[in-house]
Amino acid sequence: MNATNSAEDRPVIIRLNGVNKWYGSFHVLKDINLNVLKGERIVVCGPSGSGKSTMIRCINRLEEHQKGDIIVNDIPLTNDIKNIDIVRREVGMVFQHFNLFPHLTVLENCTLAPVWVRKMPKKEAEEIAMQYLERVKIPQQALKYPGQLSGGQQQRVAIARSLCMNPEVMLFDEPTSALDPEMIKEVLDVMIELAESGMTMICVTHEMGFAKTVANRVIFMDQGQIVEENEPNEFFHNPQNERTQLFLSQILQH
Amino acid sequence: MSAFKPLPDLPPPANTVGPIGWARSNLFNGPVNSVLTLFALYLMYLALDWFITWGLINADWFGESREACTSGGACWVFVTARITQFTYGFYPEDLIWRVDIVFALFAACLIWLMVDRSPAKGWVAAFTLFLFPFIAYFLLRGDAFGLESVDTHKWGGLMLTLIIAVVGIVASLPIGILLALGRRSDMPFIRSVCIVYIEFWRGVPLITVLFMASVMLPLFMSEGVEFDKLARAMIGVVMFQSAYMAEVVRGGLQAIPKGQYEAAQALGLSYWKMMGLIILPQALKLMIPGIVNTFIALFKDTSLVLIIGLFDLLAIVQSALNDPKWLGYSVEGYLFVGFVFWAFCFGMSRYSMRLERKLNTGHR
Repeated sequence: MNATNSAEDRPVIIRLNGVNKWYGSFHVLKDINLNVLKGERIVVCGPSGSGKSTMIRCINRLEEHQKGDIIVNDIPLTNDIKNIDIVRREVGMVFQHFNLFPHLTVLENCTLAPVWVRKMPKKEAEEIAMQYLERVKIPQQALKYPGQLSGGQQQRVAIARSLCMNPEVMLFDEPTSALDPEMIKEVLDVMIELAESGMTMICVTHEMGFAKTVANRVIFMDQGQIVEENEPNEFFHNPQNERTQLFLSQILQH
Repeated sequence: MSAFKPLPDLPPPANTVGPIGWARSNLFNGPVNSVLTLFALYLMYLALDWFITWGLINADWFGESREACTSGGACWVFVTARITQFTYGFYPEDLIWRVDIVFALFAACLIWLMVDRSPAKGWVAAFTLFLFPFIAYFLLRGDAFGLESVDTHKWGGLMLTLIIAVVGIVASLPIGILLALGRRSDMPFIRSVCIVYIEFWRGVPLITVLFMASVMLPLFMSEGVEFDKLARAMIGVVMFQSAYMAEVVRGGLQAIPKGQYEAAQALGLSYWKMMGLIILPQALKLMIPGIVNTFIALFKDTSLVLIIGLFDLLAIVQSALNDPKWLGYSVEGYLFVGFVFWAFCFGMSRYSMRLERKLNTGHR
């Protein structure tokens, strides 16, 4: 990967500035600072409850932050619904439990947002949807309902559904954690292909192999803070922080 | 390395499938159940035997008066001789064609919408919802387009029952949905208004509501202001039922996983699009049994309007029973009313089951 060389000339697409969030009195995110460059691929890892999901869910305002600034594509996320809608249009999200719409076919899942949010003609939306379904290698399932597909297939549909909105950034919230081991690879392959096409990605994942292959930067979080961030080679072989070393020794043991 | 070769699929043992298997596992799966099954069959035989002999074989069907009832069985003459009155109430007989047109049009629309393959469903649905009510109103009420006026106190019988029920059903569902959404809203004002509305209307008996609408309301209105009694009753029914409907809908909304909301939001759908395209279609599907349950209860509750002097099907049959010429045929009268109510309710129930099967897309 040659990403580090050209990093300086690329624009910052997501900027988190001193972001803090509380659930009631529980301080989940503590002073998060993070800049994501266009085309950058970031893997976020850390123990459960460390705030990694909450952080990326703040980026498309599924969670509200209470202090600090989040600026996506030059648009600040505030209570302004108009800004939130614009940001959500440009930021795709893939969930741990897929969250496909079970009452719609795979194709309808993919065309819904382009037609209703982007006001695209149905025909065009369907053509684009088929292109993306081909890209995630399930065009032949287009007319089935999500309930008829395997977990891996559902997750690939979910990725295609997000891509149909032609987003600037893709957020992945533990996309392989709910999958059977046999299906993890097919989803990761799609994600790797997506990464190679130059998409800006932020992935919360425990797939360290994936992190090593595609990430420009790995971020380690614990107790609501960013503990360490580095490029993957350094991160895995030469972790600086004690907490990171402990975490890595636990997950890489097997 | 040996290749994996799955064993072939064998058919199941013969006495576990088909009608014999069904009877073995459901009716005769043990001595106690076998005895109970036989006993129940015997009871059914007794009841059916009585009904068929009394109500069908020995019955009299047509005639002008009770003199036609000679064979000792059921005297359905009571019903057939007065069927016009039971259906249309006191509607002027030479204008009954107007009611028939409304019924026929409504039935045609319903059948069109229920048949899976009929074309242009959207237009027919729009016609039924938005245009048909006006056509029906002007045809039934008259007083416009050169149609003779028929006052609503002349409406009665099955016609009145159906009008109140259909208006109640069609109006209470959308109002109920809005109330349910309001009750789950983040906005404190809207939420409180909806909660107060729902809890108030659920807390008073329907009879009280109807009584208030017909007796109390006119007291508060200034002299000379007349507000149609039927309209008041219908508004009362709609307000009452929409509160029930709201709680059914809320139950369905709560059954939709949070992930569906999040996925819709993450795709940039606005609140109303999210509700209309993602949440409500799924929730309404889950709620079909509850909604139809409420519809059926509403349909039967319409007979309570007799308390304020409207003659629905039950009231009109009851008043016919008081006719000295027909004393003593209450069994036939009530059986007839019961059968008509049952037929409509059973129809709704069957249709809802078909709808559930049709909409089932292998959920989750």
